[in-house]
Amino acid sequence: MKPTDITNPDYFHKVVDCQWACPAHTPVPEYIRLIAHGRYSDAYMINWKSNVFPGILGRTCDRPCEPACRRSRVEDETLVKGKKEPVAICRLKRVAADYKDDDIGERMPKAPAKNGKRIACIGGGPASLTVARDLAVLGYEIVIYDQDPKLGGFIRTQIPHFRLPESVIDEEVGFITDIGNIEFRHQKIDSMKKILAEGYDAVFVGCGAPRGRELDVPGRQEAAANIHIGIDWLSSVSFGHTTKVGKRVIVLGGGNTAMDCCRTARRLGGQDVKVIVRSGFEEMKASPWEKEDAMGEDIPILNFLVPKEVTHKNGKITGVLFEKVRAEYDAKGRRSLVPSGEPDQHFECDDVLVAIGQENAFPWIEKDAGIEFDKWGLPKLDEATLQSTVKNVFFGGDAAFGPKNIIWAAAHGHDAAISIHKLLTGEKVEERPAPDVNIVSQKMGIHEWSYDNAPTIDHRFKVPHRAKQEALKDIMAEVELGFDPKLAFDEAQRCLNCDVQTVFTGKLCIECDACVDICPMDCITFTENGEEKDLRGRLLAPALNPTQDLYIGNDLKTGRAMVKDEDVCLHCGLCAERCPTGAWDMRKYYMEMTQAEHACRQQ
Amino acid sequence: MTFIAKPKLHHPSLVKNKAGFTRRDYEGAVSTLCAGCGHDSISAAIIQACYELDILPHQVAKLSGIGCSSKAPTYFVGASHGFNTVHGRMPSVMTGANLANKDLIYMGVSGDGDSASIGLGQFAHIMRRGVNMTYVVMNNGVYGLTKGQFSATADKGSISKKGVANSDASIDMVSLAILMGATFVGRSFSGDKHQLVPLIKAAMSHKGAAFLDVISPCVAFNNHAGSTKSYEYVREHNEALNRLDFIEEREEITADYAPGTATTVQQHDGSILRLRKLGEDYDPSDKVSAMKRVQEGLASGEVVTGLLYVDPTPTDLHANLNTVDAPLNTLQTADLCPGSEQLERINASLR
Repeated sequence: MKPTDITNPDYFHKVVDCQWACPAHTPVPEYIRLIAHGRYSDAYMINWKSNVFPGILGRTCDRPCEPACRRSRVEDETLVKGKKEPVAICRLKRVAADYKDDDIGERMPKAPAKNGKRIACIGGGPASLTVARDLAVLGYEIVIYDQDPKLGGFIRTQIPHFRLPESVIDEEVGFITDIGNIEFRHQKIDSMKKILAEGYDAVFVGCGAPRGRELDVPGRQEAAANIHIGIDWLSSVSFGHTTKVGKRVIVLGGGNTAMDCCRTARRLGGQDVKVIVRSGFEEMKASPWEKEDAMGEDIPILNFLVPKEVTHKNGKITGVLFEKVRAEYDAKGRRSLVPSGEPDQHFECDDVLVAIGQENAFPWIEKDAGIEFDKWGLPKLDEATLQSTVKNVFFGGDAAFGPKNIIWAAAHGHDAAISIHKLLTGEKVEERPAPDVNIVSQKMGIHEWSYDNAPTIDHRFKVPHRAKQEALKDIMAEVELGFDPKLAFDEAQRCLNCDVQTVFTGKLCIECDACVDICPMDCITFTENGEEKDLRGRLLAPALNPTQDLYIGNDLKTGRAMVKDEDVCLHCGLCAERCPTGAWDMRKYYMEMTQAEHACRQQ
Repeated sequence: MTFIAKPKLHHPSLVKNKAGFTRRDYEGAVSTLCAGCGHDSISAAIIQACYELDILPHQVAKLSGIGCSSKAPTYFVGASHGFNTVHGRMPSVMTGANLANKDLIYMGVSGDGDSASIGLGQFAHIMRRGVNMTYVVMNNGVYGLTKGQFSATADKGSISKKGVANSDASIDMVSLAILMGATFVGRSFSGDKHQLVPLIKAAMSHKGAAFLDVISPCVAFNNHAGSTKSYEYVREHNEALNRLDFIEEREEITADYAPGTATTVQQHDGSILRLRKLGEDYDPSDKVSAMKRVQEGLASGEVVTGLLYVDPTPTDLHANLNTVDAPLNTLQTADLCPGSEQLERINASLR
């Protein structure tokens, strides 16, 4: 294998699994260390710059970072007394938001003098708000259109307030609108051509995936009064139009919207609420923790049941009939649900909430507006620039590639803002800026590092919850109470500081084996170089995870190679501590994505 | 030394041996020796050897004298018996311990100062008596604890860190051990675990006096240009006579070597030492030619390593003294005092 090129910013970025997995590439270990130090405002600002909505995401993020967390690969079940678990990254983010200083608003940027260019954002959700924030600080004038009376989009309308209090949304939307140069118009847009005709320099479409998928079974029309589309129903609850629901409720669907529906129903008078899904329990789209929370509120989840018919009597719903299925996999591993042959099952109910998916819908974009769509009804876009077939129209968030989540919306917002800024300053949109990278040694003394290098063996700490009785009584009462500072510190200490990189300088190495002997994970080997597959098999401990790189160091006197398996490294720094010559050093790798700013431009 | 203990977390593929322990279970306290010390690598090799031999830690007794090397037993097989003796007196304490309880596995760890200077007399006699043990000398040719004076094993002409050449002749521990009657003698290098681990395993299984001279560079005081015990010098001048595979009696022999490229030595307990030839023909069971080859190496400036001499049918101290099978410390009054009737009979036989 070739020696590793550590000057390529992607190499060490990939070692920071959480940051690599995050669509917005938030520098996670850095803000977790700041939380451990009690520097909540500094931790908040790192998040705010990168993902715009720390308080919101700290409660609602889909957390792609957590399954990636190295901690969940290296924990020993008997030592931590529990199963392998990642660091509670998401809930630590919330800690930064909960304990930040009251005057943090003073740290937020203010809009400079207007540069004379105007941008329209269609939809007031997280993608549009991110575009607005990134461009307003550069002097652009932003106009955001939304059909709802307040900004926030689905963050405000579809996430129940017992998961995300409205005050948090108001605060974080406020940080953006307070920048200045941002105008909100409560107005439903019904024509793209009209918007284009208004002379905006660029248009950003961040209108989400606003249409809930319909249930198409016999009886749907007859019992329509008691069958509700989940996202519309949640929105209606959010704005106070719906305040109660029947005692017996069936929620159809296995995604996070279904989980929000069933838990909301429990708070509006639903006593016998069940979730019924087509797939198996394990394959449900909902996040495991959301399923757990729903089941914790006495909501059973029944699986492998496909709705067949809505039963009704005298124009009123009586229940839903289901066919029992089982999963079959073909040679390619594709799943199909086939009837199991068991008798159909009927469940009685008073209301049905349909949360079986969301779809994009752009009825307001005229066919001759120049914006092309693919066969799935999604706009044809450049994946990196988010530019549509009309060069000054960009898409982001769920409107771009179908339903995703808030953190993807924020990432898209940043990308679209870069594209718009480059377009309007006459640069090539497809030339993307490199990230900002800083790598510096953490050595403080002979055996002293600027970070806590001793890994803890604590099991993941649980976020305290409000008592169930109390939580179910009040739809506005937030269920999760968040970590207190003590718990936050303990959980933060579980972070392995993967951004403090092991950097090897072969010219300094005397091949004394000290690092090999001390490494608790046996991840360093000095051996003859070879092909990757061969090398992976003959290391001190086999490198079995092909998604994790091998770090190859050269320039050794014996001509051998230093091979380090990045997969299980604890970043404890013992290799560097035991190294007599400084061939190993622990260097903090801080990487921030470049946003729409001077640095994103060629000149 | 380090400020943090070695984390307990370990590689997910770590497996338990037949004794029910992982390799990590054979570790000791975290080392307080200088970073890069060869002694730590030898400790790691001993840990690996004990793990591979499925040794029960409580059946190991590790003894040492005074010095950097003699601190090392703290850093391996923590759950075993240990004895830190007076400087240079480890051999007599180990001889006594072995007499009292021959069932333990004895490992003596010493250095060039402890064994070749203050303890040279004791060293000679433990070899001569054939105590069943593994005696490891961590040999760096320098007094590290007192900041870098030449030790008795420093080669004549070797340059100190301060730039002074050694004017005294050196003591070759390997030659001395063979001469004094050790029945298993090898030399290795702390920077070559592929050679060292099988040598330690074979030595620990040898039922007699086994001696290993392990060159172990002192990074702080003897790892500079002009030193003959530095990592670089030893690597350049290492002349390995053979590669050893240690095969326990119960193990199946899997690897095959072309005829004439490997010789096997079957030991008394059934274990097999297979020596893969590296160049010249060398028969480690011939004591006279072993002495000759080691001396030739010394004369030409080579660091001759490998299994240098082995007597496949050794006798040990207990065999020589014709002691009973049971360890002496388990003998009860009834065993030791056979009664007046027996005494009468013995007295009668002497009249």
